[in-house]
Amino acid sequence: MDMSQPIGRTPLDETTDGLLGRPIDRVEGRLKVMGAAPYAYETRELKDPAYGTLVEATIAKGRIVTLDVTAARAMPGVLHVMTHENVPPQGPKKEQVGPVLTGPEIVHHGQPIAFVVAETFEQARAAAALVKAEYAVEKGAYDLRAAKPDAVEPKPMQTPPDSALGDFEGAFAAAPVKLDVEYTTPVQTHAMMEPHATIGSWEGDHVTLFTSNQMLNRGQVSLASVLNLPPGNVRLVSRYIGGGFGGKLQPQADAIFAALASKAIGRPVKVALTRQQEFHVTTRRSDTIQRLRLGADAEGRLSAIGHESWSDTTPGDGFFETSANATRSLYAAPNRMTKHRLATLNLPVSSSMRAPGEAVGMLALECAMDELAEQLKLDPIALRIRNEPEQDPEKQVPFSTRQLVPCMREGARLFGWDKRQPAGTARDGQWRVGMGMSAAARLNPLMASSAAIRLETDGSVTVRMAMTDIGTGTYTILTQIAGEMLGLPVEKVRIELGDTRFPKAAGSGGSFGAGSTGSALYVACDALRQKIARAADLTLDGIHFADGRVISGNRSEALADVARGGVIEAEGEIEPGDMTKKFSQYSYGAHFAEVGVDADTGEVRLRRMLGVFTGGRILNAKTARSQAIGGMTFGVGAALMEEVTIDQRYGHFVNHDLAEYHVPVHADIPAIEAVFLPELDDKANPLKSKGLGELGICGAGAALANAVYNATGLRLRHYPLTLDKLLAGFAAQEGTAQRRS
Amino acid sequence: MKAFTYARPTTIAEAAKLGSERPNARFIAGGTNLLDLMKLQVETPAHVIDVNRLPLNDVTATEEGGLRIGALVRNADLAADMRIRKNYGVLSRALLAGASGQLRNKATTAGNLLQRTRCSYFYDTSKPCNKREPGTGCAAIGGFTRIHAILGASDSCIATNPSDMAVAMRALDAVVETANPDGSERRIPIADFHRLPGDTPQIETVLRPGELVTAVTLPKPLPGIHLYRKVRDRASYAFAVISVAAVIDAAPDGKVRSARLAFGGLAHKPWRVEGAERALVADGVDAAADAVLAGARGQGTNDFKIPLTRRTLRAVMAEAVRA
Repeated sequence: MDMSQPIGRTPLDETTDGLLGRPIDRVEGRLKVMGAAPYAYETRELKDPAYGTLVEATIAKGRIVTLDVTAARAMPGVLHVMTHENVPPQGPKKEQVGPVLTGPEIVHHGQPIAFVVAETFEQARAAAALVKAEYAVEKGAYDLRAAKPDAVEPKPMQTPPDSALGDFEGAFAAAPVKLDVEYTTPVQTHAMMEPHATIGSWEGDHVTLFTSNQMLNRGQVSLASVLNLPPGNVRLVSRYIGGGFGGKLQPQADAIFAALASKAIGRPVKVALTRQQEFHVTTRRSDTIQRLRLGADAEGRLSAIGHESWSDTTPGDGFFETSANATRSLYAAPNRMTKHRLATLNLPVSSSMRAPGEAVGMLALECAMDELAEQLKLDPIALRIRNEPEQDPEKQVPFSTRQLVPCMREGARLFGWDKRQPAGTARDGQWRVGMGMSAAARLNPLMASSAAIRLETDGSVTVRMAMTDIGTGTYTILTQIAGEMLGLPVEKVRIELGDTRFPKAAGSGGSFGAGSTGSALYVACDALRQKIARAADLTLDGIHFADGRVISGNRSEALADVARGGVIEAEGEIEPGDMTKKFSQYSYGAHFAEVGVDADTGEVRLRRMLGVFTGGRILNAKTARSQAIGGMTFGVGAALMEEVTIDQRYGHFVNHDLAEYHVPVHADIPAIEAVFLPELDDKANPLKSKGLGELGICGAGAALANAVYNATGLRLRHYPLTLDKLLAGFAAQEGTAQRRS
Repeated sequence: MKAFTYARPTTIAEAAKLGSERPNARFIAGGTNLLDLMKLQVETPAHVIDVNRLPLNDVTATEEGGLRIGALVRNADLAADMRIRKNYGVLSRALLAGASGQLRNKATTAGNLLQRTRCSYFYDTSKPCNKREPGTGCAAIGGFTRIHAILGASDSCIATNPSDMAVAMRALDAVVETANPDGSERRIPIADFHRLPGDTPQIETVLRPGELVTAVTLPKPLPGIHLYRKVRDRASYAFAVISVAAVIDAAPDGKVRSARLAFGGLAHKPWRVEGAERALVADGVDAAADAVLAGARGQGTNDFKIPLTRRTLRAVMAEAVRA
């Protein structure tokens, strides 16, 4: 099936069982809380593994002059030490997955320079510490601001780097009300709980990697390239994943080293990155510099929107942060311009992190809108409603669904937005209190995906696909889809994921996982329903499935009886059609935040937060809410604390552990709620659902920054909004007050 | 991790003896800091002496009307002790401001006193650090110094002591009790216990080889309100940017009769300037802040700590007087 037509009425609209959408617990939850769900590093299917440890470069640019592994090799239990001098030949880089230990050249701090394999983890780690490298150090570039003049137009990714409509410069120059501001966001890291880990093993020229990866089929192809194998010879298994957030979209060095080393020693090799290595050895979200220009008339109607973004990545890579993505479609304006430029720095490779583009882009855009509203003395919601487009303003096609205005209105009502005070006036004891809001929008893609389903002779079904569940609830929503389609309770549905031996699946990423793989399963279920009907000799007209039975008119038969003669198998496939071209498809929402800013210390604390969202059909109210508040929590981190600090002398990330790279803890999130408005999107996919995994972060941090402004009258444009920045603002305000008095 | 020997003595004498006999030995109790440092090879002890079996788990009354806190009393237990909560509120509050519930369940009184700095460059063995490897230099100077010192630092080291508990103990004039390998005991005022870095930042306390902290005694309770204000970058599980431990005795009209003030996050040791307390009583909070911050020098990225300390002290005094 491809999505070239809107979807009509489907069995899911009948909600015979009402299973789909219900807030049921995660089906694998019990295994996880009991520690019985094996993550990659814990897999016991590959026997007698040796242990590997990476050694990182301690310079950021230069060359290895000597690499002495004698002492490491002599350590007890050491089986193998791999360096650029003995690494086996590797194939070409594919996507962002490239060969390791390619030579003595160092391009970023933490680049792997050796891999030590030993009988035990402790032996490997002790030996790794004895690898001695001497370097010829060169001066590197680590500062985006300094490199900005040399930034280039990058090659297109899914979106082109530039877009233009009308005459932006002319319209902006002529606009009676103008805003021209620069925002910056720092390097961020995914900080998922489970580090990257792999156990690798070979049988002949086939390699199996138990690993922690979000998109197995894509990873299979890129690893095959680096390992010089046909993709069919690479098997990836990722049954349980402790978070990814984009950091596991692609296989990282752990997977390549496990593969190379297990081949070299003829025995399984397991490796997990340390928390410190996570920062330098894997991917990051680039820092950005963003210039926002808004031109409007006196009533706040935008005539010009311009959004330029600069980001950086490692030498030889082309990934740019698509900060202006949301700006291209969110508000109406006849004259538009977006531009992305990319600098090369001696830092680890940049890649996707939860809502790449929107997450940082909306930190800038949605604050700029707040600034414009302030300038116009307009309510920020009123300004947004005034610029609500009738169709996608850049693509000039209709929206599939767009309920941004209802989200803002419902959020305002639930949050008590009418109690918001003028900037810098509300106070609660030591706290200066403020409210802020922002819009949320995230592109809704559909990816090709396939699924296999089998009716077992006991009347249960087994579903298989090379999909992953990265903690989002995929196992659960797939269970609900199959259960709903076939009239089966949860315990009669078995979902098997995370193995490239299963039908190819979209994987988890870009908010497309549930919609794409759920749709493939829907198609497979639909095919199975027809086969069951035929096997039961029932006409398809008016057929329905409930209570483990297939029912037509006054006849019904138990599925176990239908399958008595043998299992019945079906497959399903979904392909994106031109619905994504004919319609602009986004999930939408509105964030509302109330913050307190300590009047003495400048500490900013969230007091309460609400998100009102639309994402088409909600497949599980509980896991959907978890995705939403998880994303919002990410936004709180981006606004208030998350920042990888770069030491400009060494080119390394200073705070490379979770003690000093701060993400929000429970105490930072006192009251948070997410509400979904009813919606079905018949242009999106057969489920009529849209992506939710990233929507929650989009704009969330801007709502906090706008609340900080409302609390203090201080507009801080450099994230995160730490207390030192507030203090500087306080000092300026108090200086002004003193001069006045 | 490097190989090490492990011993688990059951008497104080045996522990101190092991500690002095074996070069490069470390005592371990909760292990919440030492184990991390060993994994990173920041600490590479040849001998680890587990003191968890020693009879140092009690909080008892002293003849002077104070309390003796056994070295192994866990931070969570100490914070919850009714005598501490009633009479030494500043200590209970400081303890609860530190780390996380899980860590406080493991961390001990002596271990907390002896925890190492959180300086990122100290933790990073690829960077020079005079504290980790004397003579190699200080990478923190000129680097990212948000959690570094503005007082009492040297050209060798600008690290801070990360403890919250020790700041409250400094305000309370606690005394550290130790046992020596020769059987003697020492009572070290906490003011003298931690050292400034000078040109030997690797030596952080006045403890001698094998000398084992057995208890911390608190003098009899101080009158007044007990406050601990920790300024930090997130609401929990973050080290202090700066902190203020205060015991303020104010008259009903708001006039301060006596005060104790100690500061965290400013220096290599809990920072207390007795003159500031007298200035507070005589001339008010700004005079006190001037005295505390005399000689303060920022490192660039932590310059804000100077005004922050003054503002936080003002806030603490406002709260004390309000109460």
